[in-house]
Amino acid sequence: MATRKIGDVILDVKNISLRFGGVKALSDISFNVREHEVRAIIGPNGAGKSSMLNCINGVYTPQEGSISFRGQTFSHMNSRQVAVMGVARTFQNLALFKGMSVIDNIMSGRNLHMKTNIFQQAIRWGAAEREESQHREFVEKIIDFLEIQAYRKTPVGRLPYGLQKRVDLGRALAMEPQVLLLDEPMAGMNVEEKQDMSRFILDVNDEYGTTVVLIEHDMSVVMDISDRVVVLDYGKKIGDGTPDEVRANPDVISAYLGTSH
Amino acid sequence: MPTTFPRLMLDHAKARPTAPALREKVYGIWQTTTWAELALLVRRLACGLAHAGVKRGDHIVVVGDNRPRLYASMLAAQALGAVPVPLYQDAAVTEYTFPIKNAEVGFAIVEDQEQVDKLLELRESCPTLKRIWFDDPRGLRNYEEVGLDSLDALVAAGQAHDTSNARLFDDEVASCQPHDVAAMFFTSGTTGNPKGVVHTHHTLLDRAIAGKSFDKLTSQEEVLAYMPLAWIGQNIFSYAQWLACGYVVNCPESAATVMIDLKEIGPTYYFAPPRIFEGLLTNVMIRMEDASRIKRSAFRFFMDVAKRVGPTLMDGKSVGLVDRLLYAVGNFSVYGPLRNTLGFSRVRVAYTAGEAIGPDLFTFYRSIGINLKQLYGSTETAVFVCLQPDHEAKADTVGVPIDGVEIKVSDSGEILVKSPGLLKEYYKNPAATAEVLTADGWYHTGDAGFLDAGGHLKIIDRAKDVGRLMGGASDGAMFAPKYVENKLKFFPFIKEAVAFGDRREQVCAFVNIDFEAVGNWAERQNLPYAGYTDLAAKKEVLELVRECVEKVNADLAADTLLAGSQISRFLVLHKELDADDGELTRTRKVRRGYIGDKYQVLVDALYGGKTEQFIETAVKFEDGRSGSVSATLPIVDAKTFPALQKAA
Repeated sequence: MATRKIGDVILDVKNISLRFGGVKALSDISFNVREHEVRAIIGPNGAGKSSMLNCINGVYTPQEGSISFRGQTFSHMNSRQVAVMGVARTFQNLALFKGMSVIDNIMSGRNLHMKTNIFQQAIRWGAAEREESQHREFVEKIIDFLEIQAYRKTPVGRLPYGLQKRVDLGRALAMEPQVLLLDEPMAGMNVEEKQDMSRFILDVNDEYGTTVVLIEHDMSVVMDISDRVVVLDYGKKIGDGTPDEVRANPDVISAYLGTSH
Repeated sequence: MPTTFPRLMLDHAKARPTAPALREKVYGIWQTTTWAELALLVRRLACGLAHAGVKRGDHIVVVGDNRPRLYASMLAAQALGAVPVPLYQDAAVTEYTFPIKNAEVGFAIVEDQEQVDKLLELRESCPTLKRIWFDDPRGLRNYEEVGLDSLDALVAAGQAHDTSNARLFDDEVASCQPHDVAAMFFTSGTTGNPKGVVHTHHTLLDRAIAGKSFDKLTSQEEVLAYMPLAWIGQNIFSYAQWLACGYVVNCPESAATVMIDLKEIGPTYYFAPPRIFEGLLTNVMIRMEDASRIKRSAFRFFMDVAKRVGPTLMDGKSVGLVDRLLYAVGNFSVYGPLRNTLGFSRVRVAYTAGEAIGPDLFTFYRSIGINLKQLYGSTETAVFVCLQPDHEAKADTVGVPIDGVEIKVSDSGEILVKSPGLLKEYYKNPAATAEVLTADGWYHTGDAGFLDAGGHLKIIDRAKDVGRLMGGASDGAMFAPKYVENKLKFFPFIKEAVAFGDRREQVCAFVNIDFEAVGNWAERQNLPYAGYTDLAAKKEVLELVRECVEKVNADLAADTLLAGSQISRFLVLHKELDADDGELTRTRKVRRGYIGDKYQVLVDALYGGKTEQFIETAVKFEDGRSGSVSATLPIVDAKTFPALQKAA
């Protein structure tokens, strides 16, 4: 069904090593992400998946290695710069504003695209008002896309977990990202919610052409929706390839299932 | 004067071109389609359909939620003399096979990807289905199946075709006659294959207009359309009567937003099956439990006033000065805000039909000043047979025969109807047609009932379901399963019930608890539970259900006719009855026979005197996968009461 064209390498991670004191979180990791693909990073607990994402996102600065984004190479990234370049992310443990409504939460994702300043916005007059309606329209499209119309005005803290995850994704989408980093988008969900989320991820990828990098430990989900998969274990890369290749990789099997010696 | 749907639509467009015809909430804002815009859209769609090869008499399947363009599509089909066949949007693929094969459907207009996927899957076994159009293109961009197109493309093709064939549309509308077939509805059918009920423009419109004059409906009404279009109830209220009256039909954003949309629109004319009214009430009551103590006691006090005074006021009778004042204060402080919360601030006429409504539920709505009434009708009668006049609404009757309707009760107790709104036939099923529509023009409803002293119709049960008890204490007594089940379902804790008793010594029942209501109750009792199955098996819950059952028994004991139908044993099922498992019809009626067979072991256990029974059941999940639920169900004995003799 997919006719979206997978393009050139958009994000290239080279020889990344990250240490916290004596703990080696990542050692010598390299992989790349091509434009318009769904790229998964998988691995058992503590394999370094979130650390990897945090390096790309500029939250952590790796001691060695480099990250290139659209041909520009950085030895360390900073979060805002990453956002401006068009990389958005969601969080494993949700970082939403619990007391704010769904609309306001997603609207906060438009922040980078707002041109009026805080004082204009405070009095909401002229340009600020026009701008708000434009952004609101964009937000409404996301709400429609994620099918959360019924919760527009509900404070996020009162929504069930699965829906909060959707709002988190909505806020990331509000940035109109070229690359979307998803940190365990399906953690803690039931089967139906996982299916919904998988469909949304594929739809985002398909409709907007957004490149998706996702971390997940639910193997079956990953294998269904990803184009290529990187497998980490104890901070090392042990596999990289299509879902079928990875599934057949003996190192991956032993990391997931253990081996008898 | 008899007319047709497309002509009515064009009349409105001519008389009031800028008046709103339809509204739909898009991206959070209500967008209006005027009659003139609608007329243009219908014209283009019709030309597009003609261009695609739709001919007079062709069947066009319409599947989806209430969407303005699906309404326009039905009008467009009718303008060409083709017959729209609305199907339930939540039905499984296999349920479409029969209607599509039976009606040799060549064209389908559907809402979105979900429906497209279903029809594409079906096309392998139904090669007649050539063309499919969809309203919402989301997710469909990369579909390259032959014959699949968007409604936008159809409109564009229609526009081009219209330019080169300017007379086409008007000629087609002019040649469409009132007695031509206008639509076909497939009845859900509790047994066997569904039947296609064929209606003409005249049968539908005659009834729509009869209902309009009965309730003095105008073009100023606001209606919220959120039940499936495949259900004739929704079709009459938001399509036939919409065109007959020219009022505004509002389409909610999605099924999940109906409550919010209801509040925003504030409909003046409202129609829903009892379970919707029940759901609304449950919602309010749950929220009320969480309110502060002062609010709760004020609520209780004024609801008592409403219960005492409200129904009398609704019946148009006068009450004492003190009560009138109290009710006025209550109206200001409680009933008004409550009506607003429910979305019923502006309701002038509300109807419930399709199932019996609980007396408490019915009285509740009437007591807070909502003009809720009941009606009687079916797909075959184009709904309107009996309606309750404004000041004569009772919980246990369904109203008086309206304009044009004649009613009589056959010797076997079955209700027979003569009306201009009777079906033309069952499609390609003369045997079934002959069974219900006899040569003398009477339609056999299959319902058992009678006309009471005031001329109001009272329904007891489906005629074929009314059975007799055999052996035991109440040998030969009448057994009306649905009557008993309904009495049980009137309790908020009980969602579904299935009663057995025909040709048995006593009546036994399966019960489904209402997960939300009982769950809430359990939380209040500090009763932990892990899910439906766990909750349903709790001792405390069984006790709760037993109280309900015994109240029903006490009630039945007072009824000379049905005192024998008291429930002596029951069990609470381990899973919720579900249409996906074939246990309910799509309109949520229990399929008693099927359930009896499926859970034969449980029935045997009930009658075999066991105290518990193990059961394992396969279930289908929404995504089509299956799993199983198993449990050991305790069987509970309930107290029955000696029949009370009515005081002479």
